[in-house]
Amino acid sequence: MRIFDPHIHMTSRTTDDYRAMRAAGVRAVVEPAFWLGQPRTSPASFFDYFDSLLGWEPFRAAQHGIAHHCTLALNPKEANDPRCLPVLDELPRYLVKDQVVAVGEIGYDSMTPAEDTALAAQLQLAADHELPALVHTPHRDKLAGLRRTLDVVRESALVTDRVLVDHLNETTVKEAKDSGCWLGFSVYPDTKMDEQRTVAILRAYGTEQMLVNSAADWGRSDPLKTRSVGELMLAEGFTEDEVDRVLWRNPVAFYGTSGRLNLDVTVTEATHEGNSVLRGGA
Amino acid sequence: MTHPHSAWDTPVADLRGTSPALAPPADLHGHLMARLGGAARDWLDRALDEAAAQPGIHGPVTVWELRLAEAGRRCGPEHADAARVLILHAARAGTDAVTRVYFQGTAAERRAVLYALPHLVAGPDALPLVEDALRTNDTRLLAAAVGPYAARHLAPHHWRHAVLKCLFTGVPVDEITDLDRRAHADVELARMLGDYAAERTAAGRPVPEDLYRVLTLTDPTATPPAPAARQGARDSDAKES
Repeated sequence: MRIFDPHIHMTSRTTDDYRAMRAAGVRAVVEPAFWLGQPRTSPASFFDYFDSLLGWEPFRAAQHGIAHHCTLALNPKEANDPRCLPVLDELPRYLVKDQVVAVGEIGYDSMTPAEDTALAAQLQLAADHELPALVHTPHRDKLAGLRRTLDVVRESALVTDRVLVDHLNETTVKEAKDSGCWLGFSVYPDTKMDEQRTVAILRAYGTEQMLVNSAADWGRSDPLKTRSVGELMLAEGFTEDEVDRVLWRNPVAFYGTSGRLNLDVTVTEATHEGNSVLRGGA
Repeated sequence: MTHPHSAWDTPVADLRGTSPALAPPADLHGHLMARLGGAARDWLDRALDEAAAQPGIHGPVTVWELRLAEAGRRCGPEHADAARVLILHAARAGTDAVTRVYFQGTAAERRAVLYALPHLVAGPDALPLVEDALRTNDTRLLAAAVGPYAARHLAPHHWRHAVLKCLFTGVPVDEITDLDRRAHADVELARMLGDYAAERTAAGRPVPEDLYRVLTLTDPTATPPAPAARQGARDSDAKES
């Protein structure tokens, strides 16, 4: 089973996770820029973070034979802090980089006017850079948040089939599907979706334009949830081709619209303890 | 794969003769143009013309800086290093320009800047970039940092630590330009290597083969490399611009 995790925050994960992911079949990941748990207070913190997503993290992933790409943006929560807003002015010089395959995560957190502005501005940046957009749907007041998100998307220069709306569930899947956007489901141990409910949605709505991710981060989450969804799909009668479509071909097709996806990663194994990542000490 | 310890995102192209740090830009250009497909060749031609027409840095971003960023997807990752070195050369990037694109670049762009340094910066002013790369743990950057520019300008203390870091991180010491010349009769480097070997042995761990190779080169009784040895010859080629 080959797996592309289209939404995972590897910055917050260990090398043990990389090893386990590789063993489970994960061959590619997309890491969206997001909130780090501790609010940032200056644009420079974002730039160091973006540099890490374009430098150190792909190197770490390659050591485990995993292709790493990223999506960059000012996340909705921090779009509310005026000290962070200058990030929007610097994003264009980052959005031209080879490994950036979308603008994201953008969307709503508390549905404020500042979030409206940042969302619209960043959808326009995606259109300007011929990139798709990864749009997060809010944790609180999700259905209203989805509707407002889709309104802003429809008013934007980006066509809906270049937008992935993420963190969907039973209450939001139908309207999201009707919009023509790609659909993302984040499978978590306790919150968001679980394997059974995800497979039930795939049975009800089909596998077209459907993506499943672990959204693993610094919270209670599991980077192998993509694999467990694939296994449950097989156990419940889906074919291997359908599993491959959801866990590989759909994310390749969506992020591939950027023209920047490069899935040829040389598998490298550290053959002595001098390896900088496995050893961590040089 | 010639670099089993390294996480090259692409095989390091070909041969020493066309290494982006060592080959004269004209040779690199011919080599690359012979290998690129039509669309990539046209793109690179235009990018080089644009860089030559508006060299240096102007305002927040210059056109050639955008071309530098997109070289991987336009030329293919296996040719990106060479394409970027050629763009930097066409833009006649000096210390200020290489410093800006290095610190605003992805790891792949930073690597290309390091390869380009011997072609672009005559004096030691760009050493902060080399020192920055040597502080990382990214073996792709480390290998690019120990090329001809470091051989020419890096101070002995930093240079010895660079050699030791290559041994620590598994970067083959073949990547270190002028290793034989700079290691010759370096008593302090010999001491550091001996201490590192003792530390590995005390821990019951193997000593990297490359360590003994470098240790042999430090021997003051060994025949010193001839001044016009092949390293030196390549070096003078690389300085042509």
